[in-house]
Amino acid sequence: MPNMNVIQSLNSALDNMLEDDPDVIIFGEDVGYFGGVFRTTDGLQKKHGSHRIFDTPLSEGGIAAIAFGMGINGLRPVVEIQFADYIFPAYDQIVNEMAKVRHRSGGEYWTPVTIRTPAGGGIRGGHHHSQSPESQFTHTPGLKVVYCSTPYNAKGLLISAIECNDPVVFFEPKRCYRGPFYGDPHNVPTWTDHPEAEVPEAPYRIPLGQARLVRGGSDCTVIAWGAMVHVCEQGIKDSGVSCDLIDLQTLLPWDREAIVGSVQKTGRCVIVHEAPKTSGFGAEMVASIQERCFYHLESPIERVTGWDTPFPHTTEWDYMPGPGRIAKAIHRVMEE
Amino acid sequence: MSVWGIHSMAKKKESGLKVPTAPSRPGEEADFGDWPWKPGNLERPDPAKCNADDTVPHAHGLVRVLGNDNKASGAWNPELSADRLREGLEHMVRLRIFDERMMKMQRTGRLSFYMRSLGEECVAISQTMALEAQDWIFPTYRQPGAQFVRGRDMVSMICHCIGNVEDNIKGRQMPVHYSYREGRFISVSSPVGTQFSQAVGVAMASQYKGLDEVTITWIGDGASAEGDYHYALNFAGVYKAPVILNVVNNQWAISTHANIATGGDEFASRGLPYGLPSFRVDGNDFLALYAVTKWARERAASGAGATHIEVLTYRAGAHSSSDDPGRYRPGDELTKWPGGDPIYRLRDHLIEIGEWSEAQQDELNERIDGEVMGAYKEAVEFGDLANGPYPSADTIFTEVYEEMPWHVKEQHDELMED
Repeated sequence: MPNMNVIQSLNSALDNMLEDDPDVIIFGEDVGYFGGVFRTTDGLQKKHGSHRIFDTPLSEGGIAAIAFGMGINGLRPVVEIQFADYIFPAYDQIVNEMAKVRHRSGGEYWTPVTIRTPAGGGIRGGHHHSQSPESQFTHTPGLKVVYCSTPYNAKGLLISAIECNDPVVFFEPKRCYRGPFYGDPHNVPTWTDHPEAEVPEAPYRIPLGQARLVRGGSDCTVIAWGAMVHVCEQGIKDSGVSCDLIDLQTLLPWDREAIVGSVQKTGRCVIVHEAPKTSGFGAEMVASIQERCFYHLESPIERVTGWDTPFPHTTEWDYMPGPGRIAKAIHRVMEE
Repeated sequence: MSVWGIHSMAKKKESGLKVPTAPSRPGEEADFGDWPWKPGNLERPDPAKCNADDTVPHAHGLVRVLGNDNKASGAWNPELSADRLREGLEHMVRLRIFDERMMKMQRTGRLSFYMRSLGEECVAISQTMALEAQDWIFPTYRQPGAQFVRGRDMVSMICHCIGNVEDNIKGRQMPVHYSYREGRFISVSSPVGTQFSQAVGVAMASQYKGLDEVTITWIGDGASAEGDYHYALNFAGVYKAPVILNVVNNQWAISTHANIATGGDEFASRGLPYGLPSFRVDGNDFLALYAVTKWARERAASGAGATHIEVLTYRAGAHSSSDDPGRYRPGDELTKWPGGDPIYRLRDHLIEIGEWSEAQQDELNERIDGEVMGAYKEAVEFGDLANGPYPSADTIFTEVYEEMPWHVKEQHDELMED
C-alpha cells in the first residue's frame, strides 16, 4: 500500500471522486493550473480537464455562492478556501444559505457542497494564517463539520464528505500536511513509516460522525482533533498516565456515544483544541459529557486550548497547546 | 430517473463550461503585443469639474509621460524639479535594496516570510510623494515604500519584519504587515481587499470633520474580485468621499492571471458606472503616476470626490517567499513586458535631461546598500527569528481589549506562571 502524506491522500480522494462521479467539480483560488498553494490539487486539472477543476477569482463569497448554485442544480462542488482565516467573506453563503436551504425549501432543494480549508497554526502564519474556526461552524444547524488529522482519515473522511448530500466544512490541519506534529517545532517528522500514512489508492470511506480511538487506556479520556491529536499523543506519553486518546474526526454531528463510553470507563477527561477556549467546541463537549457521565466523573473535566486572544506570530509556541500543558492537565484530573 | 426530474432527462452534452487560461504558461512564449498608447495622447481635465464620462478615454487608454526616448511630454507632465525626481529615485532604490536584504534574511532563517515590491517600487513611492503629510495611507502588503517617503526609520521596519523585541506591533503579525501611525500609514491586514472599503470610511470621517485630508488605498487586480472592492467604489461614488482608489494591476495574483479577476481586459473602466473619474496609468512611469495621483488629490480636496485609478505594472518577483512563479508563468515574461523597470526608467530620464549619471547611480546604490546593511546590523542586535530574543509571551494577552477582562487575565496568569 502506498505511503502518502496528507496532501497526497487528499489529492488521491479528489482524483477518485473526479473519476467516479461526473457531477463532482472542483474550484477555488490557485487550485487549477498551479494545483493549489499547498499542492493539494496538483496534476488534477491536467488529468481531468479545466471544466472539472479550475481557478476562480479571489472571492470567497463568490466561490461559496457559485458552489451553492451548482449544488442545487445537481452538481457536487468541492471548493477550496485557501486558508480557513479567509472563509469569512463566504460566511453568509455558508451559514445563511447552504446550511438552511434544505429546511427552508421544505426539502425541495439542497446543496451537497464540500468546503475544504487548511486550518490551524504552527507554520508561523500570524493571526490570519493560523486560526482554527471550527466552532464558528459547529454552531450552525444544517452544516456538517469535519477535521481530519492523518493521511488515512483525510482521504476516507473527504470521500464521505463529498458523497454527503449536506454541506460539509472540511478542515485540514496544515501543520500536519507533510508530517504528524508532536508539539516540538524543532523536530517535525514526515509521515514516512507512520501506520496512518498507509493509504489505499482506491476509494474508501470513513463515516461522518464516527470518532477514532487512537490509543486505548484505562485512567483518563483525552479528546482532540486536527493537529492536536498528535500533540496529545506526546502529552499522554509525557504524563505516564494510561489514557484513551480519541480523535473526534467529525465535530458535527459528533460521536457522543464513543466519548460517553470512554468517560464512563475512565471517569476523567481532558479536551484539547487549538481554537480559543471561550465558546470553543470543547465547551459543548464538557456540557454534554457532564449530562451523561456526572456520576462517573472522578474529577472536573479539563480543557487545554488556545488562549482567548488573536493567534500570535513570533510567540506562537506560547499560544498553541503543547505536550507540557496537556500532561499537566492530565495530572490535575488524576490528582482529584 | 433521478429526483432532478426534467433536468435529468435533458440530453447529456459535452461540458460547455468556459474557463479562461492565462495568456501564456511555462514553456510558452510571452507576448504582450506593442502598447498603442503614447505620452501626449490624453488631455488633463479640470479635476474639480470633471465627470466620470469625461474620463472614458483615460479609462480605456493609458496615461504616460515618459516616452521610450526617456523624455517627458504631454499634458500630464508634472514638471517636477530634478531634486524631487532624484528623491523619488532614491526611495525606489532604497526599497529594492531593502527588499533584497530582507529576502536574504528570510532565506537564512532570520525572518519567517517576506514579500518584495520588485518591479512595483514606483507605485507607493510616487503616489505618496504626490500627497500631503496629513493624508492617510491605507496600504496592502505591497506598498511598504510609502513609509520611506513618510520618513520611517529602517531599523524599526526590520525589527517588525523579524518580530523581535523592538517590533512596534510586538511580533503579532507576519513580516511586511507594517503599522506606522506617525506616518498615518494604517496597519496592514492579510485578508486581501478589506482595506479598500475601510479607506472610504477613513475618508468620510475626514469629510465629516471638515478637514483637508485625503485617503489613498490600493488593492490588487486579484483582490478586486472581492466584494470589498465593489463596496468601496459604490460608497465612494455615492458620498463623493475624498479617497484615491487604486487597483494595482500587476497581472498576477499568486498563480491567477488578471483574466480570471475580470472578464474584460481592463480594470480602470469599472469605476465609470459608479460615477468615478477613472484612469489607467503606466505604473512604472514615475511622472505619470505622480501626476494622476496629484490630480486625484486636487479633486478630492476640491470636494468633487473620489478617483479610481488602475496602476498598470508587472509583478516582477514571486508573490512571496513561499511562492514559485516558475510553475505557472513563462520565465521570459518579465523581459517581454513593455512597461520596463520603474527604477531604470526614471534613472534614464534623469540622465537624458542631464541631471544624473551612471557614476551617480553607482554611488547611490552603494550608499543605500551601506545604509541598509547598517540598519540590518542594528536591527538584529534586538534579536532575530532564528536566535531570539522574542517579545515576551505577555504580549499575547495585551491589547486584545482596551482593558484586559477577567477571563483573559486568568489565562495570562496561567501562562506566565509556567
